[in-house]
Amino acid sequence: MIDFEIPEKIAGTRLVVETVAVNMMRPVSRYFDEHEHEVPWDYINFMHTATKAMGGASMAAGDGKKEGPHFGFQRLAVMVEMLSWGDAGIYLDTPGGMLGSAAVSATGSPEQKERFLKRFRGDTPVFDAMCMTEPQCGSDTSAIRTSAVLDKAKNEWVLNGEKIFVTAGHKAMLDSEGFIVVWATIDSAAGRAGMRPFVVEAKTAGCQVTKMEHKLGIRASDTVSIVLQDCRVPFENILGSAEVVTTDKATTGFKGAMATFDATRPIVAAQAIGLARATLEMLKEMLAERGVTIRYGLPRQKLSSVEKEVIEMEIQLRSAWWLVLKAVWMMDNGKPNSLESSMSKVRAGDVVNRITQKAVEIMGPIGYSREFLLEKWFRDAKISDIYEGTGQINRLVVARQILGYRSSELR
Amino acid sequence: MYSFEPTEEQKMLIDAVSRYATSDLRTAAHDAEENKELPPKLISKGWELGILQASIPETYGGFGERSAVTGALAAEELACGDLAGALAVGTPGLFALPVLLAGSEEQKKQYLPPIIAADWKPYTAALIEPYFDFDPNDMKTTAKAEGSDYILTGEKTFVPFADKAEGMIVYARLGNETKAFIVPKGAAGLKVGEEREKFMGLNSVPFFKVTLEGVKIPSANLLPGDFSPVLAASRVAIAAMAVGVAKAAFGYSRDYAKDRDVFGVKVGQKQAIAFMLAEMATEIEAIRLLVWEAGWAIDTRKEDASQKAYLAVTGAIDLAMMVTDRAVQILGGHGYIREHPVELWMRNGRGFATFTGLAMV
Repeated sequence: MIDFEIPEKIAGTRLVVETVAVNMMRPVSRYFDEHEHEVPWDYINFMHTATKAMGGASMAAGDGKKEGPHFGFQRLAVMVEMLSWGDAGIYLDTPGGMLGSAAVSATGSPEQKERFLKRFRGDTPVFDAMCMTEPQCGSDTSAIRTSAVLDKAKNEWVLNGEKIFVTAGHKAMLDSEGFIVVWATIDSAAGRAGMRPFVVEAKTAGCQVTKMEHKLGIRASDTVSIVLQDCRVPFENILGSAEVVTTDKATTGFKGAMATFDATRPIVAAQAIGLARATLEMLKEMLAERGVTIRYGLPRQKLSSVEKEVIEMEIQLRSAWWLVLKAVWMMDNGKPNSLESSMSKVRAGDVVNRITQKAVEIMGPIGYSREFLLEKWFRDAKISDIYEGTGQINRLVVARQILGYRSSELR
Repeated sequence: MYSFEPTEEQKMLIDAVSRYATSDLRTAAHDAEENKELPPKLISKGWELGILQASIPETYGGFGERSAVTGALAAEELACGDLAGALAVGTPGLFALPVLLAGSEEQKKQYLPPIIAADWKPYTAALIEPYFDFDPNDMKTTAKAEGSDYILTGEKTFVPFADKAEGMIVYARLGNETKAFIVPKGAAGLKVGEEREKFMGLNSVPFFKVTLEGVKIPSANLLPGDFSPVLAASRVAIAAMAVGVAKAAFGYSRDYAKDRDVFGVKVGQKQAIAFMLAEMATEIEAIRLLVWEAGWAIDTRKEDASQKAYLAVTGAIDLAMMVTDRAVQILGGHGYIREHPVELWMRNGRGFATFTGLAMV
């Protein structure tokens, strides 16, 4: 039965997270935007303690239940939406497993999940990160050059290559005993079929954080480069099969990445939605303070231009949010969701940019001023249309599915 | 608990309506539009699906419960076949559902069974007025109390099947409120335009202007309930139909793009076209959920149901225009030719901004 009521359990979580967003994120939003590379440890430590107290370990690990309705990804989407409403940059500093854990959850064996994810249940906050992008390739992940060669004598993988734009890489590798998930090829001749994710733990020799980026927005979150130089990891750190299957153009490794994206794209979309909601709410408050109320229900011909914009924003925001929830609901219910997942990302990326751009425009000098958060949110928003697949890549994914084309047929 | 899956019963309804919409309505749409007439048999067949009947409780001659979500699901499918056909099949709902939603117990007992029990009959409603800034909450048509009667005065447009209507709901401003009144066939002062109205689309449905020159009706003909739920229900139905038209245009242009050769590949293999289609599909999915949410808010009696219905219909108006326009564009010159249905869908699509109150499903 079609139902838009938030499950009670998730509503409770949402309320708790809202308190965190209001009290621990908003008050320091501006500070961490202006002090790039400083780390919001108060928030991090609080979140670690709180997550442990609530019995959770990894935000991305789902609820792990075998029976009954699953809410894991729905809860995660709701939490992320609210945290990002608090601050989209600080949210990315949330400890306890993000994209790296999502990859482990989606493609790892039960032993690997236990081995890599249990660290999040410890006494100190731990981070993880995903390493996909390289200097010469971003969206075109099949062009990845980082290699993994099996040293049979020692039963170890030897990784070589450079990864860039690693979100939270500093915190995962230097500030905590975390791990990164590195995408590398085990057979460069096999193209996508040779791609595999490898877990590289903090303090592994041959793995070095080399650069911290300075960014347009989400400045509270570290973005680093990581160099792997004869970096050795145990054989068991490969996620998925070590065999390369090329029959029928099967691209097992790449499919692993895609399966991860099915889970992570709606979550990144949820982040965009939280930021968009924050912006729209603040815009409406600012307008109300200046005597502008939005007259819902009127025909467009009678609305002011500002009213039309706000109503349009609300439609965009609300409909995009339901797309996100549908995608995670499908995930929780074991329904294939890669179409909906990419759709939600396309839509949320568009919507958050449109809303933040318009809000700054509508508020004029107030919107542009660093005294208020609208300009920051405008800068924070842009990343949502770039990482975890740009809007264009996600359009390609959607287009291939609705047209029934393989990647070779629609490039 | 969140769920985005219709019930088994709803799925069966969707299937049945979809079969009729694609094999009957869609097939007949071109000729119906050109000849300016829908075959009566086609309308009867749609009526026999029992969509309206299933939303009226047994007490009043029906066999179900009203659900705005179920109505939206049916409306989308119908309109995906042909919007004109969908509106024609649903016209008696323009009379029956306001009675159900805003009528008194006596009115429901008196008016609903004859509509529901019989074959399709032209019961209709007059809501839209011929002014650019027409506002359903601020009508120019007025009702004035006079003894135990009401006097209705004003002008209406877009009244389907008004010439043969067995009964008509007329919406008018009473004090500061919009109210619905039952105007019986042949009431003195009720003037139906002599000629059918001519519009950009929907030419297979006979629409008329209706003038009310001091039409006197007994006060018992006032539907006592609020207008707001009636308007919300109508907005959800219209929004769902807009989604249906968009779905039709998307499906047709996608199939065309997969079939049409260009520069040695199919035109759908060009990103310029493929991305348009991706955005169309995404937009349809998103707005459909907004429409469902509004329907759900009505069914679960949420306080902000009216506002949700307003947002849904406003989003759906833009959706229909965006998607039908792109469908024509994807077909290129062929899209402009009336042999293909996309230009008709584009004409119909633009109408959603005007169609407030033209559908109750």
